[in-house]
Amino acid sequence: MSTTANPIRFDLTRRGFLGAAGGLLIGLVLPARDADAQKELIGNPDRRTPAPAHRPNAYIHIGSDESVTFYVTKSEMGQGPTTACSQLLAEELECDWSKVRVDFAPVDPALYGHQGTVGSQAVRSTWEPLRRAGAEAREMLLQAAANQWGVARSQCRAENGFVINTATSARLSYGSLAEAAGKLPVPDSVTLKDPSQFKIVGKPVKRLDTVAKVTGKAQFGLDARQPGMLYASLERCPVLGGKVASFDATKAKAVPGVKDVIQTPRGVAVIAENTWAAMQGRKALTVKFDEGEGASVSTATIGATFTKRLSETGAQVKKSGDVEAGLAKAAKKLTATYEVPYLAHAMMEPLNCTVHAREDGAEVWASTQSPTSTRNVVAQELGLPVEKVNVHSLFMGGGFGRRGEGELDWVLEAAQIAKHFRVPVKLTNSREDDMQHDYYRPGAQTAFTGGVDADGWPSALRASIACPSFGMMRDGVDGTAVNGLSNLSYEIPDLYIDYRDVNTIVPVAYWRAPGTSQNNYFAECFFDELCALGGKDPVEARRRLLGRTPRLLNVLNIAAEKSGWGTKLPAGHFRGVSVGINVGAYVAIVAEVSIAAGKARVHRVVCAVDFGSIVNPAILKQQMEGGIVFGLTAAFKGEITFEKGRAVQSNFHNYMMNRIDETPLIETFIVPSTEAPSGAGEVTNPSVVPSVVNAIFAATKKPIRKLPIDRVSLA
Amino acid sequence: MAALKLQVNGESHSIDAVPEMPLLWAIRDVLGLTGTKFGCGVAQCGACTVQVDGKAVRSCITPVKTVEGKKITTIEGLSSDGSHPLQKAWIEIDVPQCGYCQSGQIMQAAALLATSAKPTDAEIDAAMRGNICRCGTYQDIRKAIHRAVELKGGKA
Repeated sequence: MSTTANPIRFDLTRRGFLGAAGGLLIGLVLPARDADAQKELIGNPDRRTPAPAHRPNAYIHIGSDESVTFYVTKSEMGQGPTTACSQLLAEELECDWSKVRVDFAPVDPALYGHQGTVGSQAVRSTWEPLRRAGAEAREMLLQAAANQWGVARSQCRAENGFVINTATSARLSYGSLAEAAGKLPVPDSVTLKDPSQFKIVGKPVKRLDTVAKVTGKAQFGLDARQPGMLYASLERCPVLGGKVASFDATKAKAVPGVKDVIQTPRGVAVIAENTWAAMQGRKALTVKFDEGEGASVSTATIGATFTKRLSETGAQVKKSGDVEAGLAKAAKKLTATYEVPYLAHAMMEPLNCTVHAREDGAEVWASTQSPTSTRNVVAQELGLPVEKVNVHSLFMGGGFGRRGEGELDWVLEAAQIAKHFRVPVKLTNSREDDMQHDYYRPGAQTAFTGGVDADGWPSALRASIACPSFGMMRDGVDGTAVNGLSNLSYEIPDLYIDYRDVNTIVPVAYWRAPGTSQNNYFAECFFDELCALGGKDPVEARRRLLGRTPRLLNVLNIAAEKSGWGTKLPAGHFRGVSVGINVGAYVAIVAEVSIAAGKARVHRVVCAVDFGSIVNPAILKQQMEGGIVFGLTAAFKGEITFEKGRAVQSNFHNYMMNRIDETPLIETFIVPSTEAPSGAGEVTNPSVVPSVVNAIFAATKKPIRKLPIDRVSLA
Repeated sequence: MAALKLQVNGESHSIDAVPEMPLLWAIRDVLGLTGTKFGCGVAQCGACTVQVDGKAVRSCITPVKTVEGKKITTIEGLSSDGSHPLQKAWIEIDVPQCGYCQSGQIMQAAALLATSAKPTDAEIDAAMRGNICRCGTYQDIRKAIHRAVELKGGKA
């Protein structure tokens, strides 16, 4: 199946959308489940728009030219939902996959409800509704053909973009039926295929966005260009929470190409004829800042806050048995505190947003995980009714949560500048802006006490989590911040987990695999410490304690077998294992490392995942491999520290990324399944971390309780 | 401001720009060729990679005055229809995820293949280690470069 020639536009204006309304345009209702999931994840209900009840909120368009266009409400940051959602629609529609085009839907809450792409929800929330929509459209096309031939609907069947008269073998193309089908009522009920009949879903079809991305034609937010556009660069107070006291723009205004300098609520903006001139003008500014209380904050003071909070009582997260009694009767006990640093998102495309504030409305061009909130933020800042703001959703050069919900600071900052002009203005962050004014993955600590019984098996565990809240608090617990420990699968008889929030000045938010990105490391590495305490093989101990979670046990067994767990390794090589349940997927990873000159090198990573039902195994493989590389960066290198209220790291020279020569051989195994689908984008990055740390522990016998690994001498 | 003459993708342009402006911004903001990306501004990530006289260059730190009269190739000039062996291999293997770094990756790989007809994994790693892919497509990049070598040799 070749789909590489599929045309792709991905810059749909409202006019273009309505102009496409000839032929068959089918609306469908995407489910409330998506909205509920987001409410839980986002915790910012005032910016949300309720999904309309019983009104269509996604579209299929079939043109008389045989084109099939899916208007996808999910944003594309690389994780592949535009392709996967299209596969779901195409499967039941029985259209010609090579004719499928996909476009981002315009923002329209009246049609789509809240549009956002977070929490690996894209496929999970649309798995059934998109298939149902495809089936509804197919039924309308079949009925239109039956009407034209004057035969019973039962005499017609759909195949590869045609309706076939089973008695005469006559054929009518979808394009020729589109107009008539569009006038028919949407059927009340449709029958969906049994998964065993799938022809497109579950197959490794090519991504619909690849050609655009290898020819330089894919339009990212940064690529927005409009006639008369100006370019902005924003000087913010380097101290978290600080503000501008005064500034002198004389020299900045003398820089060639600089048009204007204005103060906004967030800083001093230099507006110029091009990005470079704006950046140069900004360098020529003289700004005095009111640094505020933040100036006294450092990694050391933040650490002291964590220590204090850990000494205080937390709110209960999970309890079974009696942990005090369990620890009292344990044959051996161990106490350890684990710690991870703050992390920046570091998407390759720096944050940017283009806003054209007109008298009567506004246009916004943005690479955003949340087109709806983007629209609301701009409308509020410009004092416009939301329906007067049109958002053009563009490709994202990475998202990882930074372009998701929350304040949408970069959109707000762009609107605050653009409101002073009547031409489009593009605000572009420098890499330093992105890294030093991020909403970070919070630093976190967990204090463990664990015990093993007389036979050496883990029997009691207490975990005290301290992590700044970045999600919704309920009964003193941020359900997202504890994710990865709250769903611990081991049958440990006496268990108690609690949580306490940690208030610091550092802004925090979602970061790929929120909660699990640190808690999977904490849980799995302390578990290996308990295995060592009891003299147990880490895989054997997990097998014994995962009896009630067969899907996790299954992936563990696959990863153990494929990695050759227990077999002889080259001299100086060691293995480590980890398991986890992340965004609904069951994952097990075995990493193989060696250590030389105090540094660990990862040679091989074997990863088995049970995603439930799958839409596209090739995209899942990409997400597994990519997540592992992302996780290796966090394990070995990632660390944002603070001095005098400022983020110390500023660019890729001191906030380093895993590179190609550090990338191990990655082998992936996907479990066939008919269970409900899971998420894909946030499955492996949390779990690769403990597998690598456990391998190093196996080598050195010294646990690594604080990341990143590169800060630890492994001699 | 000065009038500078640039040869980009076989076309001559006369642009009005300060001579110190990095080639990246001349290409993107002045000429409107947005396939070349801004990632770090300090030659640490490779997203801005273009070719100057066949060599891979970080356009974000290359003053535009230094490339006057030289042959500049961007991703748009490698082939407009994705027919270059590297682009074909990238498409066949479906390398990109978010895709933002891929113009730079491909331009870097093209410079590698110009000097090394059949690079080993180690040679690929050495040539490509300056190009960050935050999505982690490295394993597929290696595969795609090997595949491009095959396609170039007419074996497929």
